[in-house]
Amino acid sequence: MLQAVQKFYAKSESVRAYTMLSPALILIILLMLIPMILMLSFSFFTQISFVEIDYTFTIQRYIDFFQKNLLVTLLIKSVKISFLVTLVTLLTAYPVCYYIAFYVKKNKMLWLVMLTLPFWTSYLLRVFSWKIILGTKGVINSSLITAGLLSEPLTFLMYSETAVIITLTHAYAAFALLPLYVSLEKIDFSLIEAGRDLGLSRLEVFWKITFPLSMPGVIGAILIIFIPTVGDYVTPALLGGTDGRMLSNMIQAYFGKINNIPLGAASATIMLFTVAVVTMVVSYTTKKLTQRIS
Amino acid sequence: MEQKNNTLLFYTLLYFVFLYLPVLFLPLFSFNDSNFMSFPLSGFTTEHYEEMWKSTNLHKALWASVKVGVVASVVSTTIALFAAKAFARYKFRGENISYGAIMMPFLIPEIILAVSILVIWLSLGFKLGLVPVTLGHILFCTPFAMLILIARIEGFDFSLEEASRDLGENAWGTFYRVSLPLYLPGIIASLLLSFIISFDEFILAFFLTGSDATLPMYMWGQMRFIQKLPHVLALGAVIIVFTTLIVLLAFWLRNLGQGKDKADFGIKIHE
Amino acid sequence: MNNSFIQINQISKHFGNVKAVDNVSFEIQEGEFFSLLGPSGCGKTTLLRLLAGFEYPTSGNLLLDGSDITALPPDKRPTNMVFQNYAIFPHINVEKNIQFGLRKLGLTNEEIRERVNDVLSLVKLEGYEERFSSQLSGGQRQRVALARALVRQPKVLLLDEPLGALDKKLRDEMQLELRTLQKNIGITFVFVTHDQQEAISMSDRVAVMSEGKIQQLSTPNELYKNPHNIFVSDFIGETNFLKAETKSKDGEHINVSIEKLGEFKIKNSLNISENSSDVICSIRPETMMIDKEKSDWDICLEGKIKQTSYLGEITKFYIETKEIEKIITVSSQYFDNQSFKNNDCFISINLDDISLLNKK
Repeated sequence: MLQAVQKFYAKSESVRAYTMLSPALILIILLMLIPMILMLSFSFFTQISFVEIDYTFTIQRYIDFFQKNLLVTLLIKSVKISFLVTLVTLLTAYPVCYYIAFYVKKNKMLWLVMLTLPFWTSYLLRVFSWKIILGTKGVINSSLITAGLLSEPLTFLMYSETAVIITLTHAYAAFALLPLYVSLEKIDFSLIEAGRDLGLSRLEVFWKITFPLSMPGVIGAILIIFIPTVGDYVTPALLGGTDGRMLSNMIQAYFGKINNIPLGAASATIMLFTVAVVTMVVSYTTKKLTQRIS
Repeated sequence: MEQKNNTLLFYTLLYFVFLYLPVLFLPLFSFNDSNFMSFPLSGFTTEHYEEMWKSTNLHKALWASVKVGVVASVVSTTIALFAAKAFARYKFRGENISYGAIMMPFLIPEIILAVSILVIWLSLGFKLGLVPVTLGHILFCTPFAMLILIARIEGFDFSLEEASRDLGENAWGTFYRVSLPLYLPGIIASLLLSFIISFDEFILAFFLTGSDATLPMYMWGQMRFIQKLPHVLALGAVIIVFTTLIVLLAFWLRNLGQGKDKADFGIKIHE
Repeated sequence: MNNSFIQINQISKHFGNVKAVDNVSFEIQEGEFFSLLGPSGCGKTTLLRLLAGFEYPTSGNLLLDGSDITALPPDKRPTNMVFQNYAIFPHINVEKNIQFGLRKLGLTNEEIRERVNDVLSLVKLEGYEERFSSQLSGGQRQRVALARALVRQPKVLLLDEPLGALDKKLRDEMQLELRTLQKNIGITFVFVTHDQQEAISMSDRVAVMSEGKIQQLSTPNELYKNPHNIFVSDFIGETNFLKAETKSKDGEHINVSIEKLGEFKIKNSLNISENSSDVICSIRPETMMIDKEKSDWDICLEGKIKQTSYLGEITKFYIETKEIEKIITVSSQYFDNQSFKNNDCFISINLDDISLLNKK
């Protein structure tokens, strides 16, 4: 019997691989897949009272979602803010990665560790530190008033979309820096030299060689920033005020204070659906783009 | 390699300021003798630290976070070690799908993971608390741990394990005498970084803790009271210093191992 | 001496649709230096790994010294392996590497020390006990790998291209050394290589493999002189192939018409059938003679030298003739191209040097 089992094992790499993967896969199934399916099914139920839920199937919660202007507005705003954050993060991080990949000669790893180090400190605290900077009595306002440049604090800094975008750009910097750096670092420098040798200007070399070759990093960065920022809760809660509030804050409210779990579940499902659509669109267009380039 | 570009260098340094400056305000104001975080600074004090440390709720939250972090990092690193080994070692059908599935918690907005676990946990009639938080953290840390470990194991020369089998060690002996010592820097890096992720994690804890607050939850509670803010600053400063040290240690370990890799497994000949 | 020390019975190993080893059977004698030779991807390494226990055969079985080892894991087999990249454990020193496999043999500390010292002197590595893999040269690593395997006193030593990573001079030295070592200790060696010169110079017997099958198993001399098929003839050394057609048999000989040269009576050692066009003739470059004058050999052709390459001990001539379609390669120790007027030459062939082969 034991020998039969041994034989079975020895014969198949797949069996060995899946044995080793099974704890991770079970974890995903039990703690992600099944809970998400359950959440999806809750979005088809109705909350009757504070504790009671009617388990008959209805798509009313999705209708509710789209009938509530607030929720649709928040969804659109979440996507818009995430889009802006992704764009700003990419644009600001790209030159830094470019510099480290092509100009830094010694201790590249040290530069990279230094770049990603702030990312590992508490997310909550990083967001909080922006509150210190942008607050009504915060660093910027108090400095400007002390210097005599202002008499009244700038109120638009705090509790606004701008505050949320700045903070998220800071918070998700590492997610852009790492994939961008990796893809730039992989580029064979002789390709760039060849481009120069064939008479292209620096700018042309960048647009025709470097940038297309760094596309995998750009795509990676887009997805890895866009997805979590759509669902971000802490930043809008601390810095957004009413102006900067995002869909997550409402989801939290449905699961918390308001206690409408089905509507919360429907909102979460719609958020997930939005993320999936964006992921597919980004992957598809970039695939088309890279095909055209090559 | 390009020669020099001072504009880019200047920009890069500016970016570093953008990354670091906000975080450094926490320790700065934590020593400021005022309840407001504004300039000019009024005076040096360590009073906030003393006040902060007096809170018994803080001690409880700290202990809760440590417990959750240790369990989450050990369990997720163990699960991730097997998974990383499978991906680095074998070619099998469904490899990409399995990889994608295990990376999913990393790609789904955290709030969705949190509410999903919340729904199933309450439906099963369980009480919220540190157990569901720990489970959530294991789910969330596993992809990170796997990425770190795959990076470590991918350059690994598997003929070393075969050599051990060939020299009479069974699977466990091989793991203990060959694989474990060679993976160790990666395993420790994974343990440390998973611990930090769990220790700092907010969203899952926010939905799942119930009344047993973790440290981030405790801070969140304190942030609402303006008079408590200096304590948050002091606590935040301590946490930042502590996590920075651990992360630096993890990076150092990881690179230490990789440097050795290059020296030892440099020659790889293919038929 | 046990003539069927290792028995390989109808062994196949498939990876998906790829038949890495395809129904192979042969035997290896005790104390033999046996080589598995073939191009990359021919299945030789898979066969060696099957012997070591790293792969489990799709079908067939393996016997070692009379007992079935097919299902035994590597740690339970009396075989040890020298890996292609040596696989020296990087986290422990040379001495610990060599002791690694002794833990479970139930030896006393005294015996362990003795064995390690013996094997260190055998591979000439005394004084290197404290070194780590990263502090050793390629040749030294190879010796550590050898010592680590031999210290367990295996019944069979498996070697997977152990000389591939060394530079040419060191490789030649190690070839001689390995051969001497094997004869001295008398352990059966199974040696995998893609280098035909290496296999021929070291082995008692060689199995030439291609596409998962044994193409020929014989002594090195036989392999060179009497290749069994076109693959072996081509893979071992260099050769010229000539179009041919068999006619009628004549005892141990057969009449063959070769290109436009005419009909000849050639030894039919492979017992090739009559009136077949599925055959080919092979002539080694060094068996032919190139000269300015006509000779009285069995065949003598007039030709023109198209190209020469000087290789030190020999010179290769590439010659065009009227009778043979392809350019023929002839190697010679005597001439340089200065000797030939207008590049005109004669090449002479002995019928004994022509081997007749099946095309498939």
